[in-house]
Amino acid sequence: MASFTPPPLPSDDKRWKIVNGTMRKNGFARFALIETLHTVQSSFGYLDDDAIRFVARSLRVPLSQAYGVATFYHYFSLKPPGKHTLTICAGTACYIKGSDKLTALAEKRLGIAQGQTTKDGNISLMTARCVGACSRAPVVLCDGEVSGEMTDTEMLGQLERWAVE
Amino acid sequence: MTIEELEQIAESVRLENAKYDHEVNVCMDLACLSQHAGELKDALTKAAEASGKKVLIRRTGCMGPCSSGPLVRVDPEETLYHHVNASHAEAIVASLGAEPVAGLQCDLREHFELQTRVVLENAGHIDPEKIDDYISRNGYQALLSVLTEMTPNGVIHRITESGLRGRGGGGYPTGLKWGTVAKANGGQKYVVCNGDEGDPGAFMDRSVMEGDPHRVIEGMAIAGYAVGASKGFVYVRAEYPTAVSRLTAAVRDARRRGLLGNNICNTPFSFDVEIRLGAGAFVCGEETALIASIEGRRGTPKPRPPYPAVSGLWGHPTLINNVETFANIPPILRHEAKWFANMGSERSKGTKVFALTGKITHTGLVEVPMGIKLRQIIENVGGGVPAGHTFKAVQTGGPSGGCIPAEMLDVGVSYDALVRLGSIMGSGGMIVMDDTSCMVNVAKFFVEFCMTESCGKCIPCRAGTAQMYTLLTRICDGTGTMDDLALLEDLCTTVKEASLCGLGQTAPNPVLSTLKYFRNEYIEHIEHKRCPAGVCALEAAVEVLA
Repeated sequence: MASFTPPPLPSDDKRWKIVNGTMRKNGFARFALIETLHTVQSSFGYLDDDAIRFVARSLRVPLSQAYGVATFYHYFSLKPPGKHTLTICAGTACYIKGSDKLTALAEKRLGIAQGQTTKDGNISLMTARCVGACSRAPVVLCDGEVSGEMTDTEMLGQLERWAVE
Repeated sequence: MTIEELEQIAESVRLENAKYDHEVNVCMDLACLSQHAGELKDALTKAAEASGKKVLIRRTGCMGPCSSGPLVRVDPEETLYHHVNASHAEAIVASLGAEPVAGLQCDLREHFELQTRVVLENAGHIDPEKIDDYISRNGYQALLSVLTEMTPNGVIHRITESGLRGRGGGGYPTGLKWGTVAKANGGQKYVVCNGDEGDPGAFMDRSVMEGDPHRVIEGMAIAGYAVGASKGFVYVRAEYPTAVSRLTAAVRDARRRGLLGNNICNTPFSFDVEIRLGAGAFVCGEETALIASIEGRRGTPKPRPPYPAVSGLWGHPTLINNVETFANIPPILRHEAKWFANMGSERSKGTKVFALTGKITHTGLVEVPMGIKLRQIIENVGGGVPAGHTFKAVQTGGPSGGCIPAEMLDVGVSYDALVRLGSIMGSGGMIVMDDTSCMVNVAKFFVEFCMTESCGKCIPCRAGTAQMYTLLTRICDGTGTMDDLALLEDLCTTVKEASLCGLGQTAPNPVLSTLKYFRNEYIEHIEHKRCPAGVCALEAAVEVLA
């Protein structure tokens, strides 16, 4: 079997080395695709075309498969996130306790729909499929930090603080 | 590592703990942590140092009653404090050896009385990142004694005898599954732990993986020995970063202690575990989709047979069990099979962990023996619906389950009884709803969930759930007709019977069960354009009518 040389890193950005490290750790095996995309997302914040191309070529999976995986799983984002992210949990317990109203309120306040980022790139509004803190529903994550028993005023206050920063 | 060495470690931990007069356990599970349990622990450590008392401050996994968090338990007195914050630290340390702090103590006797802790026996008692803490509570004893004293067939026989059934929801007999994988041909076999807790509203598996990760690993290693596998994978949701880091640390520590790796306990048995991250797809809880995901592909299911027990990961025989199933294995082997079989009801043995949430006084994790009445769980363990509202339904099984009304609460919890009620046991989410929840809206919520989570491979599920969602939206808007309702019921049957995997086959359950018990609410929406719970906005429709 002909030996395989992985493609060169797309740029000098040190983060590519981290991405490459994940693939090397797995011997550039195809099954490492999801794990590598996780590394890309945690390093760059999202998956862009260059990253998906680079990973696909390095792992020798068809570009269609890499793109398929990147779009199939909700956890992967193809758009850069805003400076701050407000994630509203949309699990059942949170829904029963009114998370849908929180989402509607945040959408109105920010003028964007869930999954979008404000035009100035400051705040992204996301929903999550349950973060497992159901006993404190409704739960909101402010930049990844879990806050339970969220109220309208508390959430709007947080958005306000981010807006004036 | 030998059994003697294991006992030495346990003994040294006991000696080390004996140096302290008091143990202060701080629950640092997600719910308590989100209420600043971290700062609380720092404050307690500082106060303990300043007081000069011999106090051990320990971080632990979930203690259970999350709604009372942050929780602190003082041992050996077993005093439980609730809603503790950093400002209470000095008072708590000062009270050690004297009377408990007044006003902070909580009485949750009724909450704990009906519970039996098997899977959660260590939760709240050990530091999840210390393997020695786990060993000191009989950890890895079962693995080592199995390796030296039992044959693989003996282990499978013991599990079969215990009557343990899969805790992921389906309730397939665990011993039977292990036996199938053990008998399957093939040199390479795999053990997979399904930690992709996709049910929104359930967090039992997260708590077990975060609070007692070694228990899962020990269970997997025993399974590996029984079925002849040398490699295990834990598939965890990426949404659970703490579980991922705890499991990774646990695997590393177990390797260092020689409890994973080559020739465990100087026997020919070798076993190692790898962690694999999910990426947010509910369908990956389905066995064949999970396998596709571990292999690095889109998580789409495949028709069964062949079952993963015969042809799973990369075509090799694969044993897939849920986190809680594996967590049950070590205690079954430490005790007798009879001990386990004596708990629970006739065809559902042992205990079940439930995540009790929604409109209920004590939310949190509870572990109850099978066969206990739903009413006891809700009214005694959970403390009932908060005053001012009345109980309407309890939802079990998540998007694959159903809503159980008040008049059915005297049914004992078991796999078969819940199926008869039109719901399923599921992984253990239990969401209580009161008179402010609209059952049509709840059904719509679950169908929307299944619609977005459908992988799109088979048409009944992909198109069926979308059509069901449209019909339910119409009913909730007040534009639905009785014909829509008939069509909806018809569609439910089609989706249920024609879908490829569990997701589609069970997606109609929330609709069917609410139609069975709360049909009048559907009729109210359609005929009188009225939402009895006041949830759905039907004004638009009313205006048109006027």
